[in-house]
Amino acid sequence: MGHLDYALLFIQTLNGLQLGLLLFLVASGLTLVFGILDFVNLAHGSLYMLGAFVCASLTFLVGNFLIAILLALPITALIGYGVERTIARALYTRDHLDQVLGTFGLILVLDTLAHLIWGPAGIAIPLPAWLDGQIELLPGVVIPVFRVLIIVIGLLTALGLMWLVNFTRLGMLIRAGASNRTMVAALGIDIQTLFALVFALGATLAGLAGMLVAPITEASIGMGNNVIITAFVVIIVGGIGSMKGAFVGAMLIGLIDTLGRSFIDDAFKLFMEAEAAESAGPAVSAMLIYIIMAGVLAFRPQGLFPPKVR
Amino acid sequence: MIGLSKSSFATLIVLALLLIVPPVLFWTGNAFYLDLAMRLVILGIVATSLNLLLGYGGLVSFGHAVFIGIGAYAVGIPTYHYFYGGAEAIATTNGFFQFGTAILVSALFAVLTGLIVLRTKGVYFIMITMAFAQMIYYLFVSIEEYGADDGLVIEVRSEFPLINLDDPITLYMVCWVSLVLVMLLVRTIIHSRFGMVLQGAKGNNERMVTLGYNTYLYRLVAYGIAGAIGGYAGALYANFSSFISPEMINWHVSGELIFMVVLGGSGTTVGPLLGATAFILLEEFLGRLTIYWHLPFGLILIGIVLFARGGLMGLLMSRKDDK
Amino acid sequence: MKKLVSAALAASMLTGVAWADSVKVGFVTTLTTPAAVIGNDMKNAVDLAVEHMGGKMGNLDLELIYGDDGFAPDTGKQATDKLVKQDDVDFVAGYIWSHVLLASRKSALDAGKFLISANAGPSPVAGKLCHENFFSTSWQNDQTPMAMGEVLNQNGVKSIYLMAPNYAAGKNMVSGVERTFKGEIKGKDLTKWGADAQLDFSAELAKAKASGAEAIWVFYPGAAAGAFIKQYHQAGLKDVMPLYTSFTVDAISLPKLQAANFESVLGSRITQQWDPSLDNAANKKFVSDFKAKYGAYPSFYAAQSYDAMMLIKSAVEAVGGNMDDKDGIRAALKAANYDSVRGKYSYGNNNMPIQNFYLREVVADADGNWTTKVVATVYENHQDPYAAECALK
Repeated sequence: MGHLDYALLFIQTLNGLQLGLLLFLVASGLTLVFGILDFVNLAHGSLYMLGAFVCASLTFLVGNFLIAILLALPITALIGYGVERTIARALYTRDHLDQVLGTFGLILVLDTLAHLIWGPAGIAIPLPAWLDGQIELLPGVVIPVFRVLIIVIGLLTALGLMWLVNFTRLGMLIRAGASNRTMVAALGIDIQTLFALVFALGATLAGLAGMLVAPITEASIGMGNNVIITAFVVIIVGGIGSMKGAFVGAMLIGLIDTLGRSFIDDAFKLFMEAEAAESAGPAVSAMLIYIIMAGVLAFRPQGLFPPKVR
Repeated sequence: MIGLSKSSFATLIVLALLLIVPPVLFWTGNAFYLDLAMRLVILGIVATSLNLLLGYGGLVSFGHAVFIGIGAYAVGIPTYHYFYGGAEAIATTNGFFQFGTAILVSALFAVLTGLIVLRTKGVYFIMITMAFAQMIYYLFVSIEEYGADDGLVIEVRSEFPLINLDDPITLYMVCWVSLVLVMLLVRTIIHSRFGMVLQGAKGNNERMVTLGYNTYLYRLVAYGIAGAIGGYAGALYANFSSFISPEMINWHVSGELIFMVVLGGSGTTVGPLLGATAFILLEEFLGRLTIYWHLPFGLILIGIVLFARGGLMGLLMSRKDDK
Repeated sequence: MKKLVSAALAASMLTGVAWADSVKVGFVTTLTTPAAVIGNDMKNAVDLAVEHMGGKMGNLDLELIYGDDGFAPDTGKQATDKLVKQDDVDFVAGYIWSHVLLASRKSALDAGKFLISANAGPSPVAGKLCHENFFSTSWQNDQTPMAMGEVLNQNGVKSIYLMAPNYAAGKNMVSGVERTFKGEIKGKDLTKWGADAQLDFSAELAKAKASGAEAIWVFYPGAAAGAFIKQYHQAGLKDVMPLYTSFTVDAISLPKLQAANFESVLGSRITQQWDPSLDNAANKKFVSDFKAKYGAYPSFYAAQSYDAMMLIKSAVEAVGGNMDDKDGIRAALKAANYDSVRGKYSYGNNNMPIQNFYLREVVADADGNWTTKVVATVYENHQDPYAAECALK
């Protein structure tokens, strides 16, 4: 393979970081809802999709992508609240299987609704010219401006969540609820409202991720169904209910997936024929995150940073 | 209780209908409905095997479709080599070899992965069963020789002495008889001591363990059996469809299998079959009404979960008498 | 699923076939999932064709039944089974995807029906699995990228980076380019495909740029097309690595790309056997009527579907509406005696078209809408490389 191209490595690491941050946005919402509400929400990916579509429509309506995001976020929160009031609330007391099935049905409903409202085709979101360009961070390291934006927004959101969870009253309630829900209710906290808030927050985070990814790919039906599995892998690896776990898990998965895609087939070529490496490489990259999850579960079944319970 | 219980009665009715109606339709020129019935019966077999884990064992496997895939490719790969050369050791259309391989490899895969997955529980169990299925999915997607994502066309059906699977009615009868045998098998297992331990572990695992039962081992055996049945059904499916692809192993399929079991009534003998029937019929006839049929379908699923958790069998039986 | 049943019975001029006053055609395409954009384009073309022929083929009323393959081989096969076994169609046509066609062909051919592919062209159906009742109005998968390899040579491109999805058609496309391209292949990436296809190509684009290749070639059909072009544009590669594509940029993706201002796609090059600007009477009528009726340019999927209907019509008319005359229909199909929108072509021994391939460039038309125009002819009367493997003479 020769010498290692450091500029390329740096760029791929940044790409991995960006993927990791997007994953974190989705996984953080999922782990909040799972950790506090003990609710398995398979339809979390549909909220990601709806966020993307709402933002896409607003961008065409308002003419500016950034304003569209600001408008789309509260709308997504409302949709999340709506889902919580109807489906989620009915399923809190049920076991996880019922929640999986109920939210699986919800995916079908939301996907079809999206088809009815926005049609079968995906929607490409136009960006203002200054976001469409590239920026040279270091000599020889050129990356698209929009990706830098994702990293910035992702990091800010992560910091914001950390502040929320660790330094505010709401955060304290969240952490308490993650440890012992019944006790929190017994202490007279309005659990209903707390749950609704947390659910809406989770939906907003997922929606934000969808809005950030749509300008790169497009807003399309079923886009959430792919990301939800990865998000579950992330929170299982990180530890359910743990924000820190979601962050570390997301970064880990994002980096390994990206670096794997970039370098595995080259690595395979070191000891395999080119033909075989080209077939095996993509397959192994695709399987990688599942292998990692299986590995983590074999040695630390509760994940890397499980919240202390009771 | 005099005579047949409600559930046994329901079982006999459904099986009788499945025995008579599709062949009659076939003979009156509606060959398409025989196809529909065959899919239904085969999925009924898979759902019944999943029920052993889910309904009776409390193990929510979200990767059960992987066994259908393994069984199907156990038929497809040897047939492929028989026609196109290579791998002489397994190139054959012999039915015993193919079905035998299907059952053995599925059971083996079940036991090996079971060793790992059964150490987890709850949502972790759900996710890791899904993960293993996804791994096999990507494995088949990467093997270009057997079609990868494009799938594999199976040129001829498995060869058995005396039984000609090329005849649609014969194949259907084989499927139907298999269904009956599988349902009997599961029923026998459930009513045996083994089944009691399994169900006991579902209700309260710690208690069973303190009673001295190695529930892990019991579950592993159940997992292996369910896997083997799934593989057998996969082999049947490959014969019926003449076309297989990794999409059969997609997690959506596993989700649909769970839906079938719950829709029909998990923890009952005929529930999975009812669920498979309802699922196939809904899919077919709702699909004719509108291309947006997933919407009412999803609503039905949500409705079942919220209001009719016992599924169709639950609705059928006003009292929870025997199963 | 729609049925188009014509209003009145025609007076029969047929001899001895009093019982058949209609001909049934089943058309299988993708009507659900995001890939339905392609299916809808084909459906529009088929509906236009039916309009142009007045709802009749010769003296027979046309009964058209659509089937949805849901972008999955299993579903497509079931749709085909229903058309063949329940609706008892005379012709089965359509098929966007290679894997759906391969899964469904037995159902149609074993029942003695005529099967016309309006898009998919996997090598087996042109080679080992060729069949006397199977015809194509499109191409064989390898041909279009082979033409692209030729173009790269003609343009003096010395090195290239290849990207395609990791499934059989993707690999076919890549090997098509490799067959004819004489320069150096600096790198190749096969990205994850399927239900959860990889749509973020940042890692691969970075690799491509780092490889130092002169140009980049991709095959990304469907949703991935928009994603890739977007990211190519955002990475600012237009001046660094010119873009060559197969089945990625077409009349379906161009309006979306234009709405989102991805100018990097202007000037990029494609090869195909048809273009809206081809100068023949049938094509002019097709394109202008399509634009008038649907407000957009037809894609090559649409053109091929239109041709499929016209081909069937020519065969039905040649046998005077006698659907029992299978040999006659077969011979008429083989003769391809109709006005194809791509111009005249003939069928090889494997019933795949022997036709020209053109180099097309993405440009803005007189009204400012992005479309393509023909720049040069790459191959004349090109036959696919699998014809020799077909047992038919």
